[in-house]
Amino acid sequence: MFPNDRRYTKEHEWVKVEGQAATVGITDFAQKELGDIVFVELPEIGRAFALGEVLGTIESVKAVSELYAPVSGTISAVNTLLSDKPETINLDAHETGWICKLTLAKLGELDELMDAATYAKLAAG
Amino acid sequence: MTTRVSEDPVTDRDIRKTPLNRAHREAGARMVPFSGWDLPVQYTGVIDEHLAVRTRAGLFDVSHMGEVDVVGREAQDFLQHVTCNDVSRLSPGRIQYSALTTPEGTFVDDLLVYKRGDDDYLLVINAGNTPKDVDWLRYHAKGYDLRLEDVSDRWCQLALQGPRSQEILQPLTTAAFAAMKYYTFVQDNVSGVPCIVSRTGYTGEDGFEIYGPAEAAETLWYAVLGAGAPHGLVPAGLAARDTLRLEAKMALYGNDIDDTTTVLEADLAWILKLEKGEFLGRDALLRQKAEGLTRTLVGFETEGRAIARHGHKAVSQGTEVGTVTSGTFAPFLRKNIGLAYLPIGLTPPGSRFTIDIRGREEPAVVVPTPFYTRAR
Repeated sequence: MFPNDRRYTKEHEWVKVEGQAATVGITDFAQKELGDIVFVELPEIGRAFALGEVLGTIESVKAVSELYAPVSGTISAVNTLLSDKPETINLDAHETGWICKLTLAKLGELDELMDAATYAKLAAG
Repeated sequence: MTTRVSEDPVTDRDIRKTPLNRAHREAGARMVPFSGWDLPVQYTGVIDEHLAVRTRAGLFDVSHMGEVDVVGREAQDFLQHVTCNDVSRLSPGRIQYSALTTPEGTFVDDLLVYKRGDDDYLLVINAGNTPKDVDWLRYHAKGYDLRLEDVSDRWCQLALQGPRSQEILQPLTTAAFAAMKYYTFVQDNVSGVPCIVSRTGYTGEDGFEIYGPAEAAETLWYAVLGAGAPHGLVPAGLAARDTLRLEAKMALYGNDIDDTTTVLEADLAWILKLEKGEFLGRDALLRQKAEGLTRTLVGFETEGRAIARHGHKAVSQGTEVGTVTSGTFAPFLRKNIGLAYLPIGLTPPGSRFTIDIRGREEPAVVVPTPFYTRAR
């Protein structure tokens, strides 16, 4: 259900780390809650964010959601596909619907996050 | 991620269920609280459902709406007194869109008035306003020779909307719908169930609103869905209902109209018949008409990708000049649209202003409305 290769936040974001590079997105559970996504406000490449800072927003027809930085770091890339096709997050939140990549500022923050099994329990209510 | 949803907050009242609650849950609908009712916000998705209504048909459960019988010798006199439209223009079988107005010419509610007979009217009112409207009507009905009854619990209501509506509904009934004009109704059996069927709706498409006995709700729902399946009929929820009505520039009480906005300011002069004689709010509206409006409700588009929402401020030359009352991504038009009260000087189509969306000034332009009109 939720991939094991990453960690999860209480705010329904996922973060997948390879070395010092972290990819961030929202979970399949989150995209279902939001409904049809029509606009994603992506962060600026090069900007630094502290853990918990607002990275951007995800707007669906009915609702606006803030995306929080699950870890501290500097934006190295954003998924420009989402500018034209924000609905990609609805279709594939865990892979092609990735939102941005960060270069990690500190490694320890990941330990605070949930694994897939724990997050699955949260999502199940 | 935190979600700020532009829906009503849950009230302290116990949440109510329509007779179709089980049917919605079985269809896998996402349920949300709305005006104190547990209702489907979507089944497959707002964009799918919206496009289905524009190109084929969609079926909405609107059983939460309120219904009030106004029956008696002075029913028409009373309705003339409490509404701003001219009830005397109705003949039996006709319907008018109207408003219950305050002495200030603002809205208690918008509503539909169905004339069944010279002494017999049915009012259809917004779910969230039903208790308030009934109290208002009872208060103002004192001294009139009539019987007023809140019959909301007796009725279920389904809205079948979209270009295929007539071909879907026709086989289930005996009335000849091809000849049935918009804003008229008949009493007929739908799938054997005695109903009121009106050619009305809140989507800007052709369609029908079907009022049946509450206990027959599931029979009606499944009969219409079954008849509609070969035509691509799908159930549709509250989210699509809102995007559809906004594309068609239909007002939503609580968003676009309320007891602080007058009928004239709300761009609803077409339901205001000042010449009909006395009614609640007439003097205030005559005065406002004579003095001229200072603000009015207009449609706009925003040029960027961010969506303007209810409560966002409209800004011109550095000053806050108005407020957005409704806003959305319009799934059929594929644009961001909305409604706002703006100063008269800024209301001609083409007028430019900005909207403060989460701290950023987003460019907007006034456009003619409705944003969408169906092909006839």
